Amino acid sequence: MTILANLLVILPISIGVLFIVVTAIGLIRFPDLYTRAHAASKSATLGVMSVLIGVFFHFWLFENHFNPRILLGIVFLFITGPVGGHIMSRSSYIAGVKPWEGTVKDDLAEEIERMKKEQGIK
Amino acid sequence: MAFQMLLNFALAFIWMFLSSNYTVSGFLIGFILGIIVIVMMRRFFKQKLYLVRVWAIIKLTVLFFKELILANVQVFKLAVSPKMDMKPAFFAMPTELTEDWEITLLSSLITLTPGTVVVHVSDDAKTLYIHAIDMDDVDEAIDDIKNSFEKAIMEVTKS
Repeated sequence: MTILANLLVILPISIGVLFIVVTAIGLIRFPDLYTRAHAASKSATLGVMSVLIGVFFHFWLFENHFNPRILLGIVFLFITGPVGGHIMSRSSYIAGVKPWEGTVKDDLAEEIERMKKEQGIK
Repeated sequence: MAFQMLLNFALAFIWMFLSSNYTVSGFLIGFILGIIVIVMMRRFFKQKLYLVRVWAIIKLTVLFFKELILANVQVFKLAVSPKMDMKPAFFAMPTELTEDWEITLLSSLITLTPGTVVVHVSDDAKTLYIHAIDMDDVDEAIDDIKNSFEKAIMEVTKS
């Protein structure tokens, strides 16, 4: 039983830390803002969620303290993580941040152009 | 769906009063008996049985977690691969979903899945503009999203 409980605590925390490190590496190595948004909105969400799950199991199984606030935090991260990535990349595109040269296809440029013309923004 | 759930709770409470057993197990027995009654009376309801919808929601959640883990493995591979040979792209995806909350849910799902982030939703909410991190075939990616997520969301909402 103790082995199982230890696994439930150690495994999520190690996976979470691994994914947070991956986020940091991705943020440094990826070429432009939009590819960095991928790393920031996915790996960071899952990483922090896994760490929180590990903490939840630690306090529940070893300290006999069931803490629902951690579970609420996980749900909150789950809802807000992708919205953050979406809003950051959208506002940067409208503000005129150029995508990387390797980008092969750009359907969005004309749509933003049309939108700006409609609303009279330069 | 909400009506059927409320009816099920009401039946459970009626069972508790009939058996004057005000405990959790009494409630659960009443709830299960209520489910049986609702299943037997299902042709009097206009909408589908609510258990079907609950099952669809559970399936959507499982799909979501599976895709989230796959997405992270993909970002991991890209971040540690020695050379940066990805092909990012912005592409447009038409969607058939109409309600605002359905589109919000679809874009969150797309953002947390392998290789795609929603960048812009068109004003008439008929097209999603998606940034893909490694794009080989646009049509294939659109089909993938449509077949997995859009279908799963439609299964939840269609009555």
